[in-house]
Amino acid sequence: MTLPEASLNPAPGLQGPILQSIAVSKHFSSETGLLQRKKPPVQAVNNVSLAVRRGETLALVGESGSGKSTLGRVLLNLLAPTAGDVIYEGRNLGNLSPQALRQVRRDLQIIFQDPFASLNPRMSVEAIVGEPIWLHRDTNRSARQDQVAELLRTVGLAPEHGSRYPHEFSGGQRQRIGIARALASEPRLILGDEPVSALDVSVQAQVVNLLEDLKHQFGLTLVIVAHGLAVIRHMSDRVAVMYLGEIVELAPVDALFETPFHPYTQALMAAIPVSHPDLRHSRPVLGGDMPSPSNPPSGCRFHTRCPHARPLCREVKPPLGTAEGERQVACHYWREVANAGAGSLRVPTPSAAYSQRLNLFESYQALSLEG
Amino acid sequence: MSLQNPESRQPVLSVDNLTVRFNGAPANVVDGVSFSVQAGKTLAIVGESGCGKSVTSMALMGLLPATATVTASASRLLDEPLLGMPAERLLDVRGNRMAMIFQEPMTSLNPVFTIGEQIAESVMRHQGLARKAAMQRALQMLEHVRVPDARQRLDAYPHELSGGMRQRVMIAMALANDPKLIIADEPTTALDVTIQAQILALVSALQAQTGTSMILITHDLGVVAEVADEVMVMYAGQVVESGSVKTLFDDPQHPYTIGLMGSMPSIGPRQGRLATINGRVPTPAEMPSGCRFAGRCPFAISACREARPALLEVTEGHFAACIRAPLEQHLGASA
Repeated sequence: MTLPEASLNPAPGLQGPILQSIAVSKHFSSETGLLQRKKPPVQAVNNVSLAVRRGETLALVGESGSGKSTLGRVLLNLLAPTAGDVIYEGRNLGNLSPQALRQVRRDLQIIFQDPFASLNPRMSVEAIVGEPIWLHRDTNRSARQDQVAELLRTVGLAPEHGSRYPHEFSGGQRQRIGIARALASEPRLILGDEPVSALDVSVQAQVVNLLEDLKHQFGLTLVIVAHGLAVIRHMSDRVAVMYLGEIVELAPVDALFETPFHPYTQALMAAIPVSHPDLRHSRPVLGGDMPSPSNPPSGCRFHTRCPHARPLCREVKPPLGTAEGERQVACHYWREVANAGAGSLRVPTPSAAYSQRLNLFESYQALSLEG
Repeated sequence: MSLQNPESRQPVLSVDNLTVRFNGAPANVVDGVSFSVQAGKTLAIVGESGCGKSVTSMALMGLLPATATVTASASRLLDEPLLGMPAERLLDVRGNRMAMIFQEPMTSLNPVFTIGEQIAESVMRHQGLARKAAMQRALQMLEHVRVPDARQRLDAYPHELSGGMRQRVMIAMALANDPKLIIADEPTTALDVTIQAQILALVSALQAQTGTSMILITHDLGVVAEVADEVMVMYAGQVVESGSVKTLFDDPQHPYTIGLMGSMPSIGPRQGRLATINGRVPTPAEMPSGCRFAGRCPFAISACREARPALLEVTEGHFAACIRAPLEQHLGASA
């Protein structure tokens, strides 16, 4: 692995990763009282090294308890890692001065999952969106108002909405407000923590399209934390699959979905509901639940649920190593497992009638938007 | 369709023209909805937040508060009228002939009773079993839904179980009295994808064994493709389209159904931008008088805004409420 050398290089070249974690761990230990037995810490993220490339959309995928949100927050310096370093543009976030850290916080922004819980109900939209501008830039009130109006237009809201309060908006509109706020400090990287999973399907599509448009418009790098695999496939360039605090597989999106190497990735792919009733089939279902992150299994953390587990898996933890091309996988037996064919996706061919009507729908919608 | 005598072709549940209005609300939240569920079949009710799918199920179960007025021109569960049933009788029917699986097992299980007690309670109530026999039944049900270490889990409290396990407990509880109809309201929405696959596989296996009918309420077309026989798409309290699951996926007629299917990202290679449906669902206060989807529909013409479109049969068993269907004939196939 070349990550440690890259981190020693102080001058960030344009080729280097925009943001990376080097052997980062985050363990949460609970406060114990005088007479209570000490509980083992929750190992939310364990020894994760990950580089986010400039301009890409990187997805962190996993189920609840996989540590994907915690890793996202550690990357953005919203949580301090228990061990390891987070490097942004060649600078270690762990030992920056408060002033330098403020600049970094401008550059790294976050969009939260629940638009009902993440907006202050007592602040108007203008105050919510204008706060980062007020905080990070020296502008007067009227300039700020202009900028807020411009931001609201950018995310598809009307500038008049600025005087309203969050409860007056629907879920999709609130998510747009959250996005406008994230954009307000002119960030270079945005982390979306389940940005669309609380939204209805049709609204989800609006927000996905908006995020993609903004990414191109402002040259952003996106890190998307999500569990919805279809959204991941649609949006991302590379995907890191997490299980119990560790990355088990990292690959370009098409390679990952077409030929998943790790048995857990294969199980995830097999669990996606079919997208057409003709494709129903019985399939291997991953048994059991994720073990507790405060007492993870020995060796490979997935061995307790893995259909291919062998004695070695119980004893030796497989490192995340390079597989084919730029793919990485953490499995002792990935070469054999990859050919087990357990994870092949079945993609339907849409019927002619549906395709034709969807085309009509989209073209008429485009016409009505122009008119 | 297998050969069946006419008696068993009687639907397990049929509802005609179901309407729900909350006191003081300017519009019906469920407006003239009719459907039936055949024995052993699964009807999926699909729609987004606020379309009335959950209110429909709550109305059937008699779980709506007194502020709601529920009316229907006819409703039958097996051999008896359902809505307007005496409260005493409803207590016998609910959890017995007709059971419900809720979305969030953490909030629908009682935190201060053990799993075993909660399953046994309904068995004692409906089958008149003694406590010991009821606990035995509870154990049997937990094994049935493949809860590992079922005997130990009988004495566990809900918070000691994972989300997937809790949902299994909910299913065990719903099935404990061999119901003829299960209403499952977003049963897998709160679960992870591998756990969702476990639960869906379990539900289909149990349904094949017991021949129970099911109403599945969901917003996820993937879940629909996976388990439904019949589908009913709801929008703003009304049925916009219904038919067999294959028909709906291959021959969607209503613009809302088409837009909804287009906004689902494919799990296949990326194909350009997602289709979106502009705007949002109208609130009850702004409910239009004609087609309720007209405000968001790219094909809307003035006639759409004037009168509510009737739910018409397009092909046998396939209904759509759109005066512009089939679209390609109305618009020409040029676009």
